[in-house]
Amino acid sequence: MEKTQNNRAWLLVIPVLVLVAFSAVIPLMTVVNYAFNDTFGNNDFFWAGLEWFDEMIHSERLHGALGRQAMFSAIILAIEVPLGIFVALNMPKKGFWASFCLVLMALPLLIPFNVVGTIWQIFGRVDIGLLGRTLAGLGVDYNYTNDPIDAWATVIVMDVWHWTSLVALLCYAGLQSIPQAYYQAAKIDQASRWAVFRYIELPKMQGVLLIAVLLRFMDSFMIYTEPFVVTGGGPGNSTTFLSIDLVKMAVGQFDLGPAAAFSLMYFLVILLVSWVFYTVMTNMDKEAK
Amino acid sequence: MAEITLKNLAHSYLANPTSDADYALKEMDHIWQDGGAYALLGSSGCGKTTLLNIISGLIRPSHGRVLFGGRDVTDAATAERNIAQVFQFPVVYDTMTVRDNLAFPLRNRGMDAGYIKARVDQIAQMIGMEAMLSKKARGLGADAKQKISLGRGMVREDVNAILFDEPLTVIDPHMKWELRTQLKQLHREFGHTMIYVTHDQTEALTFADKVVIMYDGRVVQMGTPEELYEAPAHTFVGYFIGSPGMNFFDAEVSGNRATLPDGTMIALGADYAPISGQIGIRPEYVGLTDEGGLPLTIHRIEDVGRHRLIRGEVLGKPLNVVVPEGQAVAALPRVAFAPDKINIYANEWRVAPRGPAERAA
Repeated sequence: MEKTQNNRAWLLVIPVLVLVAFSAVIPLMTVVNYAFNDTFGNNDFFWAGLEWFDEMIHSERLHGALGRQAMFSAIILAIEVPLGIFVALNMPKKGFWASFCLVLMALPLLIPFNVVGTIWQIFGRVDIGLLGRTLAGLGVDYNYTNDPIDAWATVIVMDVWHWTSLVALLCYAGLQSIPQAYYQAAKIDQASRWAVFRYIELPKMQGVLLIAVLLRFMDSFMIYTEPFVVTGGGPGNSTTFLSIDLVKMAVGQFDLGPAAAFSLMYFLVILLVSWVFYTVMTNMDKEAK
Repeated sequence: MAEITLKNLAHSYLANPTSDADYALKEMDHIWQDGGAYALLGSSGCGKTTLLNIISGLIRPSHGRVLFGGRDVTDAATAERNIAQVFQFPVVYDTMTVRDNLAFPLRNRGMDAGYIKARVDQIAQMIGMEAMLSKKARGLGADAKQKISLGRGMVREDVNAILFDEPLTVIDPHMKWELRTQLKQLHREFGHTMIYVTHDQTEALTFADKVVIMYDGRVVQMGTPEELYEAPAHTFVGYFIGSPGMNFFDAEVSGNRATLPDGTMIALGADYAPISGQIGIRPEYVGLTDEGGLPLTIHRIEDVGRHRLIRGEVLGKPLNVVVPEGQAVAALPRVAFAPDKINIYANEWRVAPRGPAERAA
């Protein structure tokens, strides 16, 4: 069939173009603009080149936040991924209890971030919180407002509570897709429980695990609301992660130039690490072929 | 190796089966001889796989016992029964190499490394995968994967039986023939009891010494291909075996005569007690005749190469006739049935002819 050439058809793209421009491109370019300029107010900008980037790259404050951020992501991945797999393996496969577990697991995922933060903020308080009071009653010296270790523990436990379900649900979906014949064959081959996990379940979960790790990494690397509500980044700077620091810098101190340079590099780091994760995990898959 | 005995075996997937229809397998008593090659044939959903899984121990039967060489294994786990099973769809361990896949059942049983290597090489040669031993199983095609599954099923020498659950479904026709021949050869060589589930009659008839036909949760006949062909024990066997299946007509049978609803008398090759049932005749034993016989209305003639197939109608009932090549078909053909090839059925089951003693009585 002869296709009609009509360039006016491009006009139909305009609405989405405008939408994307205002929602993504223009804000991003504003940030880029701030990153390369300096101002003394009055909306007068002058060129600063790579000055802000240079300053940020050598900033101790940013290094500290980046280090804490990397440690936080590493710890929660190290806990949530194995725990999620473990939970998924032990969930009922069908029947009433399967649905019950699914709903129960999905609940934390449905709670808004700042509500999660508030829940734990109150839960952990030594004066009125259930957890804080109980621990104090047991003689444990726990206070997340002035002990960095306690603050970290609280933030990590909160994240595990909030997000392990996601890993577990994804793994559960992966497990459910394994045909019964595989388990039967394993029985006939006299495979041990470990071998069943290692050679049947884990390979079949690989795809969903990749997604789970990626999602959890990106989310945890950008985490803001929950720790901010619980600890406000404290005590001191001990739980100040990248986003919290960024907001302090941009909105608190109104250092727009450095903050813009910071956020651009932050964005690139997330992009880079996600890309590395993805490439490594898909290559593992290819090598296997 | 052992003789497999099914004693009053029945199975229902429901907790409290009440009627006959609740049973996926109806009560049966069968003995599978040691070293036999059996084919379990039937249409989908007739209970073949259930029966197979009961034998391998993946399902515990709700009634009756399973015996291996006299030992009751009804409650024994799959691993204890020492059975190999190949499934309909390839089951391979993706992350392992082909070699590790084949060695897996042996390693799990703690066999000696030297023996494992020799045995794996032998099996690899048999399934034609020596060149691919070091490859990961994941990247292989469906038929290569299924060959690995077959290989894994046969790698253990001491198994009581090897069960095949429609193993060649995913394999292309050329390879099917080859693998089936290899299975047959393997059976001759090692003498394992083999049970082969299929819904393809060619596969069943070429593979097995004895074919077990299942219908609606029941074993309706267990016999050699010839027995199934000449004397189907149930109308289902008549329909199912042969292409096309047997022709059936309602008839009143008495002595060596059958009377069709329109009053036509048909001679029978044997003597029967008076009964109201059906006569069954294979299309190959329906002959075209010039006089006598029944008038045939032809709907369509199919040329199948070696013979022609007439699809028509007699007395309002469908009838298939196989006509040898070269024989002319008259404009108003009539058909006659070979008397000694007619089987009699009552309530779907075959009725045996009367012996001389009964006739006298």
